[in-house]
Amino acid sequence: MEASAEAQSRFEAVVANEQRVEPRDWMPDAYRATLVRQIAQHAHSEIIGMQPEGNWLTRAPSLRRKAILLAKAQDEAGHGLYLYAAAETLGVDRAELTEKLIDGRQKYSSIFNYPTLTFADVGVIGWLVDGAAICNQVPLCRCSYGPYARAMVRICKEESFHQRQGYELLMTLMAGTEGQRRMVQDAVDRWWWPSLMMFGPPDGASPNSERSMAWRIKRHSNDELRQRFVDMTVPQAEILGVTLPDPALAWNEERGSWDFGEPDWSELMQVIKGQGPCNAQRIDRRRAAHEDGAWVREAASAYAAKHGRKGSAQ
Amino acid sequence: MSGERASWPLYEVFVRPRRGLNHVHVGSLHAADDRMALLAARDLYTRRNEGVSLWVVRSDAITASSPDEQDPFFAPSGDKVYRHPTFYPIPEDVPHI
Repeated sequence: MEASAEAQSRFEAVVANEQRVEPRDWMPDAYRATLVRQIAQHAHSEIIGMQPEGNWLTRAPSLRRKAILLAKAQDEAGHGLYLYAAAETLGVDRAELTEKLIDGRQKYSSIFNYPTLTFADVGVIGWLVDGAAICNQVPLCRCSYGPYARAMVRICKEESFHQRQGYELLMTLMAGTEGQRRMVQDAVDRWWWPSLMMFGPPDGASPNSERSMAWRIKRHSNDELRQRFVDMTVPQAEILGVTLPDPALAWNEERGSWDFGEPDWSELMQVIKGQGPCNAQRIDRRRAAHEDGAWVREAASAYAAKHGRKGSAQ
Repeated sequence: MSGERASWPLYEVFVRPRRGLNHVHVGSLHAADDRMALLAARDLYTRRNEGVSLWVVRSDAITASSPDEQDPFFAPSGDKVYRHPTFYPIPEDVPHI
């Protein structure tokens, strides 16, 4: 769409005045493209995010844990759908986004390319991975694009359950045997650094951040959010009785914050490029689910064609 | 691979959070027909007792005003301050008004 100067300045005023941009408003093409990329990547992350924990659904140690885990995986499917719906308000089609995920043209969060080796990983994912996701997502509730912000409000309400169930699971294990405590520590050791990487590369190496902040899509820099996460998490680790695997972790009186070590950014780049431990497996699984589900979609279409728009509602 | 789904219409979903409140728009979804839209809306938007009643409406059945919030369409109400109770000065000692 050709931008009239008036449309452009109205868009800028809406953003500057903390109002929300809505689907049919004029917006710069680059703003639309940035949102499509970010919302699609976010949606894909929710959908792929079902897999690491889904690995333990059939082997949860009790019916209670199984019901909780199933509810969490269902939430993640739901979050993915809220986000695909928000992306569609920008003029893209969900089926097309799914295809781009499957053929590797769009990304999802690198964290889901790590394997879940023990049931303690389920707890640590809830505590650290969902905790980091909450840090990232709460500011998105004030994102300048209305449909994305509204989807995030709903998602954040539900994420709180995810984090708490994880922490409670870990407290239960920590109150168990020595072997169970070792299992928790092992999971923390494996997930801590990847969790810090969830906030993205350091500010100096994050090319799109500045523009996203000017557009009020993003509210805080990667490093600010990472610091916030560390400050929230260290006391939780102490209460839990686990050690965070970072020798550089130290309270900085002057800053009123925790100093911490530098994540291995080359590892993050490797995983983003597809060299992580589970990249191929995650996409294969997603493709198989899509293809195996084709008959359901075809049956629903055939049923609708036969019975008309109302289906069997009446 | 997914052509059959691309043809599924978009539905807008409205939830009544509890008796006595209006249905409120909560989002949208794709479904093959009305019945499927209703079931999907239940699974997607009311996993935690968010509602006691659901409406699903085909998006293409909605007629909307122009997107522009400065639109002259709404101009008729813009200059009629006398429609608001605060337009009328009443002495402070007049009770119950």
